[in-house]
Amino acid sequence: MGELAKISGPLIVAENMLGSQINEVVKVGDEELMGEIISVKRDRASIQVYEDTSGLKPGDKVVGTGAPLEVELGPGLLKSIFDGIQRPLDVIKDKTGSYIKRGVNIPALDKKAKWEFVPRVKKGHDIAPGDILGTVQETNIVHHILAPPNTKPGKIISIKSGKLTVNDTIVEVGKQEIRMSHKWPVRLARPVNEKLRFEAPLITGKRIVDTFFPMAKGGSGAIPGPFGSGKTVNQQDLAKYADAEVIVYVGCGERGNEMTEVLTEFPKLEDPKTKKPLMERTVLIANTSNMPVAAREASVYTGITLAEYYRDMGYSVALMADSTSRWAEAMREISGRMEEMPGEEGYPAYLTRKLAEFYERAGRIKCLGSPDREGSVTVVGAVSPPGGDISEPVSQGTLRITKVFWALDANLSRRRHYPAINWLKSYSLYGGELQDWFETNVSNDFYPLRAKAMALLQKEEELQNIVQLIGPDALPERERLVLEATKMIREDFLQQNSYDPDDAYTQPKKQYLMLKTILHYFDRANDALAAEVPLDKILSIKAKEEIARLKRVPFKDIEKTVERVMHDVDSSLTRGV
Amino acid sequence: MLKEYQTVREVFGPIVYVEEVPDAAYNETVEIVLPSGEKRKGQVLESSRGLAAVQVFGSTTGFDTKTTKVRFSGETLRLSVSDEMLGRVFDGAGEPIDKGAPLVSKEKLDINGFSINPYARAEPHDFIQTGISTIDALNTLVRGQKLPIFSTAGLPHNELAVQIARQATVRGSGEEFVVVFAAMGITYAEASFFMKDFEKTGALERAVLFLNLANDPSIERLITPRMALTTAEYLAFEKDMQVLVVLTDMTNYCDALREIAAARQEVPGRRGYPGYLYTDLASLYERAGTIKGKKGTVTQLPILTMPEEDITHPIPDLTGYITEGQIVLSRELHRKNIYPNADVLPSLSRLMNLGIGPKRTREDHAGVSSQLYASYAQGRDLRQLVAVVGEEALSEKDKKFLAFANTFEQKFVQQGKYENRAIEESLDLGWELLASIPEDEMKRVKPEHLEKYGRKYRP
Repeated sequence: MGELAKISGPLIVAENMLGSQINEVVKVGDEELMGEIISVKRDRASIQVYEDTSGLKPGDKVVGTGAPLEVELGPGLLKSIFDGIQRPLDVIKDKTGSYIKRGVNIPALDKKAKWEFVPRVKKGHDIAPGDILGTVQETNIVHHILAPPNTKPGKIISIKSGKLTVNDTIVEVGKQEIRMSHKWPVRLARPVNEKLRFEAPLITGKRIVDTFFPMAKGGSGAIPGPFGSGKTVNQQDLAKYADAEVIVYVGCGERGNEMTEVLTEFPKLEDPKTKKPLMERTVLIANTSNMPVAAREASVYTGITLAEYYRDMGYSVALMADSTSRWAEAMREISGRMEEMPGEEGYPAYLTRKLAEFYERAGRIKCLGSPDREGSVTVVGAVSPPGGDISEPVSQGTLRITKVFWALDANLSRRRHYPAINWLKSYSLYGGELQDWFETNVSNDFYPLRAKAMALLQKEEELQNIVQLIGPDALPERERLVLEATKMIREDFLQQNSYDPDDAYTQPKKQYLMLKTILHYFDRANDALAAEVPLDKILSIKAKEEIARLKRVPFKDIEKTVERVMHDVDSSLTRGV
Repeated sequence: MLKEYQTVREVFGPIVYVEEVPDAAYNETVEIVLPSGEKRKGQVLESSRGLAAVQVFGSTTGFDTKTTKVRFSGETLRLSVSDEMLGRVFDGAGEPIDKGAPLVSKEKLDINGFSINPYARAEPHDFIQTGISTIDALNTLVRGQKLPIFSTAGLPHNELAVQIARQATVRGSGEEFVVVFAAMGITYAEASFFMKDFEKTGALERAVLFLNLANDPSIERLITPRMALTTAEYLAFEKDMQVLVVLTDMTNYCDALREIAAARQEVPGRRGYPGYLYTDLASLYERAGTIKGKKGTVTQLPILTMPEEDITHPIPDLTGYITEGQIVLSRELHRKNIYPNADVLPSLSRLMNLGIGPKRTREDHAGVSSQLYASYAQGRDLRQLVAVVGEEALSEKDKKFLAFANTFEQKFVQQGKYENRAIEESLDLGWELLASIPEDEMKRVKPEHLEKYGRKYRP
């Protein structure tokens, strides 16, 4: 048993700790506060404590548990809300009331709940790591019970079925007893059979994202932006509408009220695909900004390990981390208290390595074990750069590893242009890999169409520079028409209202048709201009208002409506001749 | 159990190092007795075997390393609370300074509080009508929100804060707000401005004041807001009151935090502020909210002055990342003699969508607000253009937007210091001004709302 020697905020130093391991979990003081060893020197161990350390004093006992920081994996994770070290916040509330008190020790999964276990394997079968042993109906999602990745292969000696708890042994393989739940260290990526190439996009229903900067299932992306530019709203929208089968939402060092919003709203909203309440596919990790800083550091690892677990069942999982900057700052705070040599802006020198390790846990994979199945973890991290300037280390470290960059722009959010994603600065490197999917599932000319729209938006930027000098009226008519078209792309396509139920989600096919209609108008208008129709007339046709209203046309009517609007455009522009 | 040591080794700025202390608890409070017999309060910042670093809430003048005594209390910092605190004035360390009767109280609360369990929070959605159009219509405040005012030196942020405190009501509830006011390093003149106004309107009886003025010890500022918030939480969640907390000036608070960090020779972050400034500010701001099953709420209105009017300065920057929006005051509007000089473009209320709409305010609220924003932003852009090419180069449509931006500032933003506009008045005023915007540009409002509320103003 060790003894406390020094306390400095969330960091403590203990003596008499010979034999303790890096990342081992310890219990500190009479209240048994949870901590993790982050460095050892002879018999002294530096420990980050996951709870408030007020009142700890030199001489208090420190006891090692022999195990690293782990999460418990089994049925009952979905619909739950955990803190950064996987303590269930709803159970904590029942125990300690409205405030989180210290030293609360509650298991992550309900030990009493009974789940109906349906075996998939039989006595005598050979079992290898990652094999699906059976299923449990967790919510509307089927929970596959897996042989843990560290299972030793062998024959099944016995297997149970029926109503069982997470602690019950369900299968005996050789001398091993496999329970319905198992533990896994959060800082260790769960093994996979092999990593696969990307094939399908993660459809988000956000027009600017799916059309221009698509995310791949299994990909990784970053949303950096100053405060008030809409990081959280975008992350929440992804959690609501993305077509992943399981969502892990990590609120890392952010606002308590935001987690409440998710908790109140998600059970009421339905998944656009399955029509079931969104909460049924969601796990929330909430370590708000006033909760202990070390647990904030752990929360992203807790989140990604849960995501990998569902991936291993063969699901597509999306993880949103809001905000990774707070995670990095937690690292910085601990590093500073350890008196480590600081790197850039006081962040530890290992910041970029940690970021890379985290994002690399995303991917589309072939799962371990049989039957053959594929799963994916898509990771989207919000970044909160100081002053909105992304030249800082966390943004830069993130952009070097993620393949999608949605650049939030305060200038757009100030004029309430949402989503405030800047179309000229953002990028997605998955365009090439996803082309087949879009051509097969949306349309053959989807890529040329979006390239044309993007070229126009580029042109707009150049023209705006000229307008700033000489005024809009001095531009040639053809260029004023470009400005009109790009205004329509911006207002009638890119702008999307998350709070309007008719507009919040747009299917890829509808996105394509909307964009096609705008460009159709642009082409016909150019023709009309060549036929010497006056510009004022071209700009004031009634059909333009109908284009603006396409956003809110239901999906089932969109094809017909677009056909009619295009026809209206044609007839009103030729009538003028 | 009080333990006394006469082993001060070093006094460095506001920090005292005490030797031969075997087991000082982290965050434990201490009492320091000077050679002159005077007493000071302090708190353990760092503790290791045989050495405790103590921050002193007060001046260290007269400290020595020979006879100064340090008494360790064995307790973290606590505040005695009771509902008799209403109407009383305290210093920044929580001692009454109003010559009133001493406070009798059985309850002592840890001033650091505990984090509200996110699962226990209720969704804030009760619209607070402040009577100020730029806030009510465009950056709606709701109960349980934390909405700071970003100001700069020389702007009337105090007038605005007082007006909000005076006019704030939750419609239909009839409940009045209790104001908890924490002054950190502001001048006597500023503090008495608040007190006078509270007195005049009778609000003082429903207020609790904590005053740490500019000439009070700077390190005391670190505990002043915690005293105030502990009081606010007690009144809200134990006594069912609606509490509005005004914290001013957060910049002075952050400077005190920097002073301690520098004295401890910590690795400085941006502009010399410690790397944990975000966490520290969050431990204050997150103490706003509403809790399931509790009637009372804590709403925060922190005020900060942005050094050099720079919104990317670490104090406003980190504040903005924690709070649920911000009201940004503008020097340009102030020069134009417009009060309140809130620049709506960089201002924001994140909880607005929860507090508006049918049943809460009015069905057209979201649309009008968004349309006013878009049109005003367009007008502001054109102002820059006009500066280069002149107004003649603008199209007829653009001229309308330009004119709109001006009337918007003069009629919508501008209002009297005692003018209390109902939300319907503010929204109708919005429709009235929007009547000059061509109909095909009114893309943010629903057509049916335009018919119902806006048509009567259109030519």
